[in-house]
Amino acid sequence: MNTNLQTDDFHFDAIIIGAGGAGLRAALELAESKHQVAVISKVFPTRSHTVAAQGGINAALGNVSADNWHWHMFDTIKGSDYLGDQDAIEFMCREASEIVRELEHFGVPFSRLDSGKIYQRPFGGQSQEFGQSQATRTCAAADRTGHAILHTLYQQNLKAGTSIFSEHYALDLIKDQDGQIAGLMCLDIQTGEYRLMRAHHILIATGGAGQVYRTNTNATINTGDGLGMALRAGLPLMDMEFWQFHPTGIAGKGMLMSEGARGEGGLLRNADGEAFMERYAPKVKDLASRDVVARAISIEIRQGRGCGPNKDYIELDLTHLDADIIKKRLPGIRDLCLTFVGKDPIEHPIPIHPTCHYMMGGIPTNLHGQVITKQNGQINVVPGLYAIGEAACVSVHGANRLGGNSLLDLIVFGREAARHLNQSLKTKSPERFDPALDLAPVEQRIQKWQNSETSNNSATSTDSIRQIKQDLQQVMEQHCGVFRDRATMQQALPKLDALSQRLSQVGLQDRSNVFNTERLQAFELDNLLAIGYATLHSALAREESRGAHSRVDFPERDDQAWLKHSLYFAGSHQLDYKPVQLKPLSVESFEPKARVY
Amino acid sequence: MKFIIYRFNPETDAAPYTQTFELNSAEFTDDMMLLEALQKLKEQDPTLTFRSSCREGVCGSDGMNVNGKNRLSCITRLSELSQPITIRPLPGLPVIRDLVIDMDTFYQHYQAVEPTLEAPIKDLDHEHLQSPAERDQLDGSYECILCGCCTTSCPSFWWNPDKFLGPAALLAASRFLKDSRDQNTELRLESLDDAYKTFRCRNIQNCTSSCPKGLDPSKAIAEIKHMMLKKSL
Ligand SMILES: Cc1cc2nc3c(=O)[nH]c(=O)nc-3n(C[C@H](O)[C@H](O)[C@H](O)COP(=O)(O)OP(=O)(O)OC[C@H]3O[C@@H](n4cnc5c(N)ncnc54)[C@H](O)[C@@H]3O)c2cc1C
Ligand code: SF4
Ligand code: SF4
Ligand code: FES
Repeated sequence: MNTNLQTDDFHFDAIIIGAGGAGLRAALELAESKHQVAVISKVFPTRSHTVAAQGGINAALGNVSADNWHWHMFDTIKGSDYLGDQDAIEFMCREASEIVRELEHFGVPFSRLDSGKIYQRPFGGQSQEFGQSQATRTCAAADRTGHAILHTLYQQNLKAGTSIFSEHYALDLIKDQDGQIAGLMCLDIQTGEYRLMRAHHILIATGGAGQVYRTNTNATINTGDGLGMALRAGLPLMDMEFWQFHPTGIAGKGMLMSEGARGEGGLLRNADGEAFMERYAPKVKDLASRDVVARAISIEIRQGRGCGPNKDYIELDLTHLDADIIKKRLPGIRDLCLTFVGKDPIEHPIPIHPTCHYMMGGIPTNLHGQVITKQNGQINVVPGLYAIGEAACVSVHGANRLGGNSLLDLIVFGREAARHLNQSLKTKSPERFDPALDLAPVEQRIQKWQNSETSNNSATSTDSIRQIKQDLQQVMEQHCGVFRDRATMQQALPKLDALSQRLSQVGLQDRSNVFNTERLQAFELDNLLAIGYATLHSALAREESRGAHSRVDFPERDDQAWLKHSLYFAGSHQLDYKPVQLKPLSVESFEPKARVY
Repeated sequence: MKFIIYRFNPETDAAPYTQTFELNSAEFTDDMMLLEALQKLKEQDPTLTFRSSCREGVCGSDGMNVNGKNRLSCITRLSELSQPITIRPLPGLPVIRDLVIDMDTFYQHYQAVEPTLEAPIKDLDHEHLQSPAERDQLDGSYECILCGCCTTSCPSFWWNPDKFLGPAALLAASRFLKDSRDQNTELRLESLDDAYKTFRCRNIQNCTSSCPKGLDPSKAIAEIKHMMLKKSL
């Protein structure tokens, strides 16, 4: 057999998998500590999908109007439909102002107010005085905030001398014979060599998995690889039924038209030209929480008030805004619109439709980013393993994330996990790299995609990785989209089984080692399919509607039965549950209330 | 629709060659981008290799030379292109496989301009103040996505890839020279004042006409030269 397996001589104090906002913020903190740290990324760092974030990052700086972290905390909890953990949310909102100013010090080119301070814009779900009036909390670099932050963090890491293994694909976590996480297997994409890396600590920062749905705002690399790795290591995923469908993706294509467009005054209109959000959220209208707006759009379309010849989209209208505001504050979305719709939003409304955007669920962690699991009814920390960013579930977003809170989550918990890890390294044991490793499972997986040739069996030889992926995306969109019910979801399970069967039989036509993208897509598809199962099983079990999870057959929120986090284990698709942390760190709890906007 | 695509796999091919692909009209739509067409061609031949990620022109992965011009495939409409569509890797850098090039030299030049803000550390209770007009100075340079379309279109870079920093790196340098918060202006200018690093730019303007983000590195380079001149006076 030839798996190009290199020898076991890569030893690190810590390995960070992922060079998006979360991974790079953690790397920067660790680079200053003089430990041996490696960052692994399947793409060159600035190509990570954080680069696409548009609207901004939340912090109660109060540069435009009065604000404080406690209001931000309330909004985040309410936005989460009370499923967010209040200790983690308090922590994040308290750190926000400092963390954003720190980004500014690193060089992020934020837009500015006349006062010279960081520009802030209103976003959905933000309020002053615990739900009273609209707040203005989202700090922005035009509508390219993610680009500005990611490039700046990369620049800081260059200066700090971080070692980055670009175009290296992490396949699986490796355990030692005692079942402890001890390393990582990765594939050097450019050469096709497999490389075993050992480390005291591994930090997963692999981002989201929006590719599991057909229409999405995510990059093709967003395949949830870290989540697949965790599942294969026997660890659970938390709250995977909660996927955010962003209200305003370009209809039929998915590219995001930032919430910033509504923050700057844009309005949603149906075929009658009616600004219909007034009916759904009388108080805050177009700036209601994302789940609320996405549902409103879906209902308008279902009830026949969609626009266009097929009545299948809604319009985002910016034409009443000053052209200069659009050019200055929303240049990126204007570009996207010109490119993908072929129309200038200054003159024409933009056709939009809800599109899969963000994964609220992920690898469960505590507020230091340490991965946790549940064994024999006990919640335990998994030694040596951290997760941050969209791949993780702390949980600060609960059942619905507020716009501008993800970038914040990346940076706050990226820094916090690195600080915690730094402390842990003070007591590292030198024998860590001695134990024998259990390489059998990963070798099996490598073998499968290394040797699988297209078979001569005519039934499977016409199948392909790309076809299976597209079918998976269809199934998820049709059976587990904005609205869900038991019957529809149940029908999806045998379909996933069939896809799984096809994936076990399909072969690869590209047999080379150098830059084999077909093989990479196969490894990624293993992960996407696992995420499909996690989502469906968690969604089927949760018989209530909460945040982004809307069950037509169970339209009400049920705090009695369901104020708890789902934990999904891949083995035999078991589910378990974990209580929501309703107790904050220092302030009073926010008790669950009906959620009106 | 006909495509002529550069192919090279170092494991099996002694030399690069071109392969002709066809897409029939049922397979494409009016508003389709080149990247989607490439994905369809990859269904015909899964060994066809190219980079891509964001699909919307922000990650900078899919620079390639299309009908003689450097572009991002994801924001290039098929309907704008004359046929047959000839696709080659970005010129001037080593090919890893098919349309995938080795961008190490390009990244090293970027790193060489020390693209990191050097500002006095203030307490984290305050941001550095910057007026909207000062911030406006950064428009046109901070948006660069490091796709390499400009640098690989520059004849000066082709002749001196090791020594001439190229338009993308110089644009990054100018981004920091123009930032009112940055304190290293003098040092930056000194280090750029070199017959090769900066002055190999002959103002040919290929870079500006190939930037898919509409940035103007050529102007930025002229401004750097102007700043040097002013400093030496
Ligand atoms: C279009 C868009 C706009 C958005 N706008 C906003 C906004 O305005 N405000 C906000 O707060 N949030 C926004 N979000 C959400 C936010 O941008 C993301 O949640 C966040 O950027 C994710 O960052 P991350 O660091 O977790 O992951 P990413 O940035 O996705 O990075 C993941 C990293 O992991 C690496 N990786 C993945 N798998 C592997 C593997 N197997 N091996 C090696 N490396 C691997 C990748 O190479 C990459 O470096 C937006 C999201 C999208 C899609
Ligand atoms: S203007 Fe300068 S950098 Fe641009 S292509 Fe010409 S020589 Fe190259
Ligand atoms: S200046 Fe333009 S062409 Fe050059 S790397 Fe930046 S975005 Fe690409
Ligand atoms: S795929 Fe990201 S720029 Fe084209």
